[in-house]
Amino acid sequence: MSGILTYALHYEGAFNKNSLGAVSEGAKLAKEIGGDAGVVVVGDPSELTDELCGTLGSYGATKVYRADAPEGLGAPVVDVMAKVIADEGYSYALFGGGLLGFEIGAGLTARLNAGVTMEVTEVHAQGGKLVAKRPILQDSAVVDVDYLGEPGVIIGRLNAFDVRESGDGAAEVVEVDVQLEEHSTRAKMVQRGEQRGADVNIEDADILVAGGRGLGKAEGFEMCETLAAAMGGAVAATRAVVDAGWYPYAAQIGQTGKTVAPKLYLAAGISGAIQHKVGMQGSENIVAINKDPNAPIFEFSDLGIVGDLNKIVPKLAEAVKEKKGG
Amino acid sequence: MKICVLVKEVPDAAVEKRMDQSSMRISRSGERNLNPFDTHAIEAAMQVKEGGAVDVEEIVAVTMGPESAFRALHKAVSLGADRSIHLTDEGLAGSDVCATGYALAKVLEAESPELVLLGQQSDDGECYTIGAVVAEHLKMPSLTQVIKMDVADGKLTCERQAEYGYDTVELQLPAVISVGDAINEPRYPSLKAIMGAKKKPLDTKSAGDAGIESDRVGEGGSRTKVLAINPPPAKQAGEIIEDEDTAETVQKIVAWMDERKLLA
Repeated sequence: MSGILTYALHYEGAFNKNSLGAVSEGAKLAKEIGGDAGVVVVGDPSELTDELCGTLGSYGATKVYRADAPEGLGAPVVDVMAKVIADEGYSYALFGGGLLGFEIGAGLTARLNAGVTMEVTEVHAQGGKLVAKRPILQDSAVVDVDYLGEPGVIIGRLNAFDVRESGDGAAEVVEVDVQLEEHSTRAKMVQRGEQRGADVNIEDADILVAGGRGLGKAEGFEMCETLAAAMGGAVAATRAVVDAGWYPYAAQIGQTGKTVAPKLYLAAGISGAIQHKVGMQGSENIVAINKDPNAPIFEFSDLGIVGDLNKIVPKLAEAVKEKKGG
Repeated sequence: MKICVLVKEVPDAAVEKRMDQSSMRISRSGERNLNPFDTHAIEAAMQVKEGGAVDVEEIVAVTMGPESAFRALHKAVSLGADRSIHLTDEGLAGSDVCATGYALAKVLEAESPELVLLGQQSDDGECYTIGAVVAEHLKMPSLTQVIKMDVADGKLTCERQAEYGYDTVELQLPAVISVGDAINEPRYPSLKAIMGAKKKPLDTKSAGDAGIESDRVGEGGSRTKVLAINPPPAKQAGEIIEDEDTAETVQKIVAWMDERKLLA
């Protein structure tokens, strides 16, 4: 067996950035251990054109396996990848850090009785095999994981793998005819990609004031907005509060939201779970306000304030206004 | 309908989890509790039962873990489960995700529930994956990170946030669903429920009882091996201010930001 197989998620005619990161990383590692850099794409053939699939070659893919099956759900992709691995003998399956990557990687692990490592931040080739680095226990330790036997499944952390255009030509597109498993046909997408709440732009802001569950209620965002306005920035949110309907989805940072790297990221009432951290850890300056001194966010903030945000944030907004006005 | 809820005992979030630098091992001492995400799964089961759209005969809490894990089951039962199953066996220690999912699936197979619920992640690792592993073994459709779930006519309508916004997915039962914490607000157990928890049936099973093939679980059945455990790359610890006098705290924050030219 040899080579590395990745999965590229697409939506509205473009591949997902995390997927392209996985494709780039897979191509790099395949060069080191030998074999193809294969990519599986699944969906409507009218959207997955030869041209679109071929573009994966510029990220280093050598073969693109295209299957006509439902897109956006995990199980059909597991069926396709399991078939490609069985037919072509890939040694590893590698995923970017999206939600579907976790579902597909987990399903594939069970289907193939394979070893799996998740939340992986780095992969190294060593003696023709791969070793995955994975932070554990809220990033307080990092383990190096070896695979006993093939295939191995590697599920990356969001943004762990950089998108690299290696400048190679178009990839060869191979049709895969797959018979879906019965249980893979028992889930059906009714509506995909619904946007909830206003369309706000947080990716271009130099300063972000982000609010989490610690705000206590939806109205807590008013003080974040006041502070952001005083600082000339925008307001962002965690997944928990977006799911709760407190703030628009377009403002969400983290695993299923945006990735940002502003000059200043001020986190109010955010505990700093990994799923949030991966979307903002590239920020130049991180300030955190939280009443829990054990909140993980204090582990990676540059300035941490242990206290009641309801007292601190409004006063901070006033002080910033005064400073800027003076 | 029978609902099985998978639960797990995890270290209490309030207890510091640290690596012992001298032995390079993770300290596993300290208080343990029911994984907070699992309380949302039990609450979701209770809401299906109380919702009246389908008739729920029983809710069964299932865990795999060392002897002490029965406490997680007591908690689950006090939150509303009717009975519980504790899969515990020396041979299961050291099982990886694949082995754990297989072992839990064997227990579930014998129960043949129409719905399996679990929390979308555990406080101590294995994010998002166990539900999909279990579902694959049971050959059931599954969905993770679900924040809204309606059940009617042998099917579930679920909502979740995915890469491009909110998706609505319909699944035919039986199915495996892992729930996010936005799905509900778990109730607090009543004193009566806490006191009564120990009286509800708790079935302890060994790997053999569950029909688990011993070479597929435990350290021997694992498909990965940890080569090394290291501290993370050093990051300079940030400055911490304990807010005592808020006016003073705010001045310190402004000065800090000003120094870094963030208020220009």
